[in-house]
Amino acid sequence: MKVLINGIVKENPTFVLLLGMCPTLGTTSSAINGMSMGLATMFVLILSNFIISLIKNLVPDMVRIPSYIVVIASLVTILQMVMQAYVPDIYATLGLFIPLIVVNCIILGRAEAFAAKNNPVASIFDGIGIGIGFTLALTLLGAVRELLGTGAIFGVTLWGESYGMLMFVLAPGAFIALGFLIAIVNKLRKA
Amino acid sequence: MEYVLIFITAIFVNNIVLSQFLGICPFLGVSKKVSTASGMGAAVTFVLVLATIVTYLIQHYVLDPNHLGYLQTIAFILVIAALVQMVEIILKKVSPSLYQALGVFLPLITTNCCILGVAILVIQKDYNLLQGIVYSFSTALGFALAMIVFAGLREQLQRFSRVPKAFDGMPIALVTAGLLAMAFMGFSGVDNGLSRLFGLN
Repeated sequence: MKVLINGIVKENPTFVLLLGMCPTLGTTSSAINGMSMGLATMFVLILSNFIISLIKNLVPDMVRIPSYIVVIASLVTILQMVMQAYVPDIYATLGLFIPLIVVNCIILGRAEAFAAKNNPVASIFDGIGIGIGFTLALTLLGAVRELLGTGAIFGVTLWGESYGMLMFVLAPGAFIALGFLIAIVNKLRKA
Repeated sequence: MEYVLIFITAIFVNNIVLSQFLGICPFLGVSKKVSTASGMGAAVTFVLVLATIVTYLIQHYVLDPNHLGYLQTIAFILVIAALVQMVEIILKKVSPSLYQALGVFLPLITTNCCILGVAILVIQKDYNLLQGIVYSFSTALGFALAMIVFAGLREQLQRFSRVPKAFDGMPIALVTAGLLAMAFMGFSGVDNGLSRLFGLN
């Protein structure tokens, strides 16, 4: 339980550790996109944490990073195939960012910092915690951008059809919205 | 003319960092000083072009003929990791001065998502080898341009402005990047104009 909360609050990958910025900025043009990216990453993270903590004693220290990368890349390939088959729309929207989960520093970071030192069960919980933290952060950022940009949340229009501030859906809005969210989190953590 | 179009589009219109969101980690991480930013830019240019050539050959001569397209992600990441390692070893032997300049940045590049991203994009866009090389080179130039401009902005910011405490560090850097991205948005549409000018579709 402590491991779980730790990942969501104290070591939130996006707002506190500032890891995995590419998908954070690139896929959060709406709340639903942010959430799907978060869940996809969580899937890989939980399984990679589990598998790596199982094989940690079998892998020689010298080649551990390359072997972790192979495990992660295989999981991402599985994810790609599953998403292509069952949720082709989401797969098409997220596009390039699905194969790029391989180079997401959160996943390799957790493998190295947590899974390589802990037992499989704790590693699964760490994966769930960090995964939920990442998903929440992405959903929040997506919701803020969608609300400011199009006046809707999860596709439900709140402020009437004529509202629109396209900048927040496009690239600059991603940087600025994330900057303000991190500033707010900093303020709250100090208080 | 087609190559000029690819060149300008990749640098300004679809800038890899500011409009495609690839390579954000080094963009935010090593952009405190202009000198380190330009070193990183040079290292990325070098590796990106090499990686594009090698992954292109692998895709078209190893994966495609054997119907192994689904191994793309695994194959590419391994090739890129090996390539970076090899470049490091060769540079150390052949040109110690260049190694001194780029050395510290090389290990960081494997996890730079713009390398894998561009390698996959070249395949997705169905470029031929020469187009792929031009595309990857200009993308890397765009990356270096964004890095250096951003590092310059941050140097000035550090020196002359008083940032609110909560915004100190990453938040203000992100807002600055947002403004820079807004400036680059001014280039959108240039690619359509150019392709009309050159009479391409």
